[in-house]
Amino acid sequence: MSEAVTCDVAIVGSGAGGGTVAAALAPLVGDGLRVVVFEQGPRLRDDEFDGGELTMAPVLYEDGGGFLTADGTMTLAFGRVYGGSTVVYTGTSLVAPERVIRGWRVPGLLASDLAERSAKYMQQNNVHLLSPEEINDNNRLFAEGCHAAGFTAEQFPINVRGCVGSSLCNLGCPNAAKQGTHRVQLPAAETQGVEVVTRAEVLRVDPQKLRVRVSEKPPGGKGEPSTWAPGEYDVRARVIVAAGGSVGTSALLLRSGLRARLPRLGHGFTCHPAFILVAEHAQPITNWVGHPKSFFLDRAEEEGFVLETCMYFPFTTAKNLTGLGTEHAAMMQAFERLQMILVLACDRPVEENRIEVDRSGRPVVHYTFTPAVVESLAAATRAAARIFFGAGAVRVHAPTADPHIITREDTERLDERITAEHFVPGTTSVSAAHLMGGCGMGGSAASSVCDAWGRVHGVPWLRVADSSLFPDALQINPYLTVMALADRTAEAVRRDLPELSMVAAT
Amino acid sequence: MSLLAPARRTFRAAAEAILPAATTLDESGWASVERIVQDALAQRPRKAQRQIVMFLRVLNVYPVLRHRRRFSELPRETRERVLHDLERARHVLLRRGVWGLRTLVFMGYYTQPVHSASIGYRASPRGWKALRT
Repeated sequence: MSEAVTCDVAIVGSGAGGGTVAAALAPLVGDGLRVVVFEQGPRLRDDEFDGGELTMAPVLYEDGGGFLTADGTMTLAFGRVYGGSTVVYTGTSLVAPERVIRGWRVPGLLASDLAERSAKYMQQNNVHLLSPEEINDNNRLFAEGCHAAGFTAEQFPINVRGCVGSSLCNLGCPNAAKQGTHRVQLPAAETQGVEVVTRAEVLRVDPQKLRVRVSEKPPGGKGEPSTWAPGEYDVRARVIVAAGGSVGTSALLLRSGLRARLPRLGHGFTCHPAFILVAEHAQPITNWVGHPKSFFLDRAEEEGFVLETCMYFPFTTAKNLTGLGTEHAAMMQAFERLQMILVLACDRPVEENRIEVDRSGRPVVHYTFTPAVVESLAAATRAAARIFFGAGAVRVHAPTADPHIITREDTERLDERITAEHFVPGTTSVSAAHLMGGCGMGGSAASSVCDAWGRVHGVPWLRVADSSLFPDALQINPYLTVMALADRTAEAVRRDLPELSMVAAT
Repeated sequence: MSLLAPARRTFRAAAEAILPAATTLDESGWASVERIVQDALAQRPRKAQRQIVMFLRVLNVYPVLRHRRRFSELPRETRERVLHDLERARHVLLRRGVWGLRTLVFMGYYTQPVHSASIGYRASPRGWKALRT
């Protein structure tokens, strides 16, 4: 037996998209409307962010961070907690490149509009550049290495307030410094009367109705119990905003049977496939302290890749280093001397790469590495190797080289040492955290799922506000663009709401 | 019965090959590693649980033709070579098996503060202050 609940706006997901919509629509509560956010994950207390890899990852990430693509050759990382992936990102805040938005060719979507909305959220989230004294060696060496290799590194604006440099961003900031939706938009929305229901999985959507399952807090688990009693609920809503992320939203709409009217649902999936490169220096460097991601090198337009500074925890680093045994252990033993670079390929939508659901409704992501992506990863690795050696590293661990270890003597032969042919799916550890597409924007239901305002074609009661809207890869870190698009979705909801009366319950 | 129990010997033999430091673990050290692996496996879909146990069984008999001994009976260096060969196997399922196994071993070992500290990782919520004190 399920309980019946009625509201005006139901928002599925509380990350960059859902949190933004919640805050933007919060004033409606003052007008007497009911706005409810459903988040599958828990709400954590500040003191529960302990920075432990083993204690935090299972709580913050879908599948504990181990969600695999259908053939098991890539790990997809996405948050499942109050605040969504904004709890586990590094807070890098970039405005969508004008050339990318122009290339999307979405009728009615202008880069200038996204830039304007992005600026609003940059201000809200205290986005700024870190001062030089806050930059650690791992980041400083990247900038110096870029300069030595003939590249120009750019500094990431980040959304922190009172960052003390714990370096634990990807495990949830233990100091409440990161200004994700769990710190900014959701609390503001709740203050105005928006309800946020955690541990609430939305099983399916039907016309103006959601089936929601609220789970009990597991014994000894982190996070608060849900404000709703455990059980199943039928929630009626005039409008439903799906903001569960690329995978979550696509899967929800697929298991709700919407592909029949939306043939492109689940298609157009891109994710910036990435892997970690590490290099060893002769001396210890500051790497496990300080903000982990201060600089990047954007070669998307020229060579199809982006390089970013990064710093991962021992297990994540070990997992992402290719190989095993003695050589692998030697690299891990050098942890205090390791410099890290994250290599991201700018992939493009291809027909094989899509989101489906299995018989139980669980998302299944099909992904094949195209030759262009593999070539981009190899080119990125060669550039990263030059940067590492430019920064003074003595050896580099390169997954797309055989053998993997490259020494300074190899610097003249990088083009032959690091090649696409050494990329072996299932052996080279690839992961992705920029999950995009599945409900892409466009002009019609034949070629897309949503319009430029997040309205699902032919389904007036259903809206989308997350990275599933991207019709192609963004080629930079996406969260600020998600917020800008979610702002547009919220605006359209406000505009359309008077015409969206509740149909009679069936 | 624990998920690893039927293949514990092979798991430990593989862990030592993947991570040489595991050769120094005593029984309580192994228990800590296996508890973490068990907990991680318990949260995975049943199919994934079966796959890893099946892979361990296949791994144990895989070297018999070539080395005339089971994987768990081989010297550590030989076990490492066997896993390197499987990492390069033509069949993606074998490559994935090694990848999954090494992921579990690294998780069981490096997520323990005592082991992460041993390689020089000292991240602290106190950040820069922790470095300077």
